[in-house]
Amino acid sequence: MLKNLCQKMFGRSLWVYHANSGGCNGCDIEVLNVLTPYYDAERFGIKLVGSPRHADVMLCQGPAMRSTAKALQRAYEAMPAPKLVFAIGSCACGGGIWFDSYSVLGPVEKLIPVNYYIPGCPPRPEAIIYGVAVALGLVDKKTAPVQFKQTELPIPRYHPADLEGRGEMVVYKKIEPV
Amino acid sequence: MSLLSKLKEAAVCLKAGRVTLPYPAQAQPVPPKFRGRPIFDAAKCIGCAGCANNCPAREILVFDVCQEVRILKYLGRRCTYCGRCADVCPEDAITMSHEFENATNSIGDIQQKLDLFMSTCQRCGRCFKEPSPLEQLKLKGYRFDDLANEQWIFRSQAYLTEEAAVDDVKIELD
Repeated sequence: MLKNLCQKMFGRSLWVYHANSGGCNGCDIEVLNVLTPYYDAERFGIKLVGSPRHADVMLCQGPAMRSTAKALQRAYEAMPAPKLVFAIGSCACGGGIWFDSYSVLGPVEKLIPVNYYIPGCPPRPEAIIYGVAVALGLVDKKTAPVQFKQTELPIPRYHPADLEGRGEMVVYKKIEPV
Repeated sequence: MSLLSKLKEAAVCLKAGRVTLPYPAQAQPVPPKFRGRPIFDAAKCIGCAGCANNCPAREILVFDVCQEVRILKYLGRRCTYCGRCADVCPEDAITMSHEFENATNSIGDIQQKLDLFMSTCQRCGRCFKEPSPLEQLKLKGYRFDDLANEQWIFRSQAYLTEEAAVDDVKIELD
């Protein structure tokens, strides 16, 4: 549903606003790298704007910090209504490597609702373009949660109840003769 | 003079050619030493929890269900792809892949969860290596991270209740 809405609302071009709420500037450099002639995001209509009031998409970098929390929320509220938020980098996705320090509140989704996550530290410019393409519905996402479960116990379990004294040694009762 | 400089500028621009990479149409190869998403190989993993003890972002959680079953959960939300888990893994079960197209609309898509059967050590019940001698003293053989709230617990104060999953657990607990 979100994808259909995105295709309908943001069919022509996305104007992005680039908000750093206390990151290390690594993700900023990668985002600006997307806009350089090498990756040339403007051919897809992605344009960097200076004010959140002009923007459709907010690119969040850096964790939610104590000092910039209010400013980030105000910038989010200033954006006009059909709006998307991208969390770029591991700070914005999960709080970053200093997630447990005093000044870091956690991921940006603690303050503002996040629609798409682009993990990486920093993510490659290709990864950011890919994330925008996922949001626009051009490609399907490649990640899915992986779960592995062993179904058979490969080793015998030694319950104390199954141990018996035999002469001078203690042996396992249920052992299979090889 | 000014016309000549403009002509020179045009010549420079023409000589530069086209630099835009054809990324979305055609994937570019990543550099050979690029570290992308870590992939956990369950067949090789022995469940030593060295990766969990060395992860700077504390994104690998370990939960010992009972003596034989250990759950290893990689969350990957704030993983910085530093590769320390792959460095410390004695069995090379973790490989830093070249996958970088991990964009998703729900953060739970990146996580990997392994349910592993552990063999028992006759001496201590559970063998794994700790980063420093001080932490070797502090950490017990069992790890009980908070899987429900996805939190790393440095030292568990929780003792198993009387109704443990198996009987022989309380022998190993002090």
